[in-house]
Amino acid sequence: MILKRLLTLFMLFGFTALMAAGADLSSGTKAEELNVPAIVMFFIFVAGTLGITYWAAKRTKSAKDFYAAGGGITGVQNGTAIAGDYMSAASFLGITGMVYLKGYDGLIFSIGFLVGWPVILFMISEQLRNLGKYTFADVTSYRLKQKQVRILAALGSISVVILYLIAQMVGAGKLIEILFGLDYEFAVVLVGALMVAYVAFGGMLATTWVQIIKAVLLLTGTTFMVIMVMVHFNFDFNELFKQATEVHSKGAAIMSPGGLVSDPISAISLGIALMFGTAGLPHILMRFFTVSDSKEARKSVFVATGLIGYFYILTFIMGFGAIVLVLGAEGGTYLAADGHTLKGMNNMAAIWLAHAVGGDYFLGFISAVAFATILAVVSGLTLAGASAISHDLYANAFATGKVDEKKEMRVSKIATLIIGIAAIIFGIAFEKQNIAFVVALAFTIAASANFPVLFMSIFWKKLTTRGAVIGGYIGLISALVLVILGPVVWTQILGMGDPIVPYKFPAVFSVPIAFLAIWFFSITDNSDDAKRCIEEFDAQDIRCQTGIGADGAAEH
Amino acid sequence: MTKEMIDKIHNNPKYKELVGKRRKFAWQLTILILVVYYTFILLIAFSPETLGTKISPDGVATWGIPVGIAILLFAFALTGIYIKRANSEFDPLVEEVKKEIKDMK
Repeated sequence: MILKRLLTLFMLFGFTALMAAGADLSSGTKAEELNVPAIVMFFIFVAGTLGITYWAAKRTKSAKDFYAAGGGITGVQNGTAIAGDYMSAASFLGITGMVYLKGYDGLIFSIGFLVGWPVILFMISEQLRNLGKYTFADVTSYRLKQKQVRILAALGSISVVILYLIAQMVGAGKLIEILFGLDYEFAVVLVGALMVAYVAFGGMLATTWVQIIKAVLLLTGTTFMVIMVMVHFNFDFNELFKQATEVHSKGAAIMSPGGLVSDPISAISLGIALMFGTAGLPHILMRFFTVSDSKEARKSVFVATGLIGYFYILTFIMGFGAIVLVLGAEGGTYLAADGHTLKGMNNMAAIWLAHAVGGDYFLGFISAVAFATILAVVSGLTLAGASAISHDLYANAFATGKVDEKKEMRVSKIATLIIGIAAIIFGIAFEKQNIAFVVALAFTIAASANFPVLFMSIFWKKLTTRGAVIGGYIGLISALVLVILGPVVWTQILGMGDPIVPYKFPAVFSVPIAFLAIWFFSITDNSDDAKRCIEEFDAQDIRCQTGIGADGAAEH
Repeated sequence: MTKEMIDKIHNNPKYKELVGKRRKFAWQLTILILVVYYTFILLIAFSPETLGTKISPDGVATWGIPVGIAILLFAFALTGIYIKRANSEFDPLVEEVKKEIKDMK
């Protein structure tokens, strides 16, 4: 079995990696102190997930298995996996870090990240399940011209996936460097290799279980951490907040909204980007095809919203706990030489809090969880990117003649490898770059290019191919241009002085522009194709409403 | 699906009831969450001191904290409310519509 041999190779690769890291340390390179409990726990996680990948690989035979885990995932499992896909290291470390730095403002971000979920439930999830098969482009191209709409959707998906991957890879490399004492480049290669292994061999089934395990580990770890924090304060929240305001340099100001959302336009724009961006993330949308029917799709959102909401409440408490127990720790144990920033970076608040409440072993556990978090998220992204290439571009847009499943799956595996290599190269290339804008850009593109076309294709009868394609590209381009002219790229990265567009998230402009363009170029479209698109809406809507003809679970 | 078939389904009273009720409910809930969220966001943008008001004069906790947590819980509660009605009312209607369509054939 080639597969078995390859997996063994990956395990060996892991061992050699640890040896190499050890050797690094003894030869006194720049790597931080080697964190042995963290590495042991991480290794158990990797071995476990590779075992699952091996199990999943044997069950992944058809394209449906590869893209959608055979449609046999239950609502609760899928909801947990969605939570695992969505709770990235950015929310675990980033939001805790933001609460630690700014107090209340961190909560504003959490709320923005969560409120998109009910909207997905009311407007998108069941409709997707009833109309699509493997990717959201199945829905947008349902009655429109396959080729053009698929290419647009694939471009939108691949842009979001690559941008998101860059952010995750750079974050992963830095995190692993600090937590495990491994080299940055090595860490990026390790993450890339593992995600390719999960996705190429185990497809959606392995990806789903990696995400479920990660979600359970993350929620267990953070719950324990919050309990330990609250034990310290005898479960008295007033005491926690009181001590936090005494320790923090901003004092009582951390208890109220601060400068994060300064003007109404920024506030609304951020809200639009977070809310509708979530509903345009290809790796999240793809998860709705793994369940058997619309009922399970609904249940997935319910479970996911509950878990993610619960997690955000935990991050808020962790952030305040970190102010008292990490920032206020005696002797400045966790502070860098300057006496006020944290060792590593300010995003490390959650990690040092783990040490403050649970010692070396719990620190090791949380570090391993943070790594697992990254792996789960990048796997989901890689699978979504590979599917856009193999299912949308190859099988439905460019391949001539009939594409058999075997060929399509082979293409998806090659695509997985290419995305993995690209992610590694970008991850290393962007090491020293300011990547703050890439997540903003990913969300803005998802909200401006993917979401409007998807939404209109489900609900608007008069949508035509021309309207969807022109509107979608206008959304994509305006998102890109507005972000480049914005404060992060124009001012901070390019150093061109004051930004031309003063908003970090320009979704407040690009989303309406996309909708307007879709509307305008549809109603002015008098072609025969337009008439056909409009005529075919009714049949689509009946399937969307009732699920008649929808793709069911695979029979195993 | 033939044109005739589509017309029949569209004129089916059960189908009309399903589509009408579900669409209305989904939009109502969507508007509700949008209103709650954007009220919160605009409150922060225009009047940050409102949410910064202390709950009790001798404590440090502000109203912003229970309000923020309440919005998180509210979002979750709305998904629960939608699912409850979808399972108890919309799904049986879908089944009835499906049955009638089958009989039509």
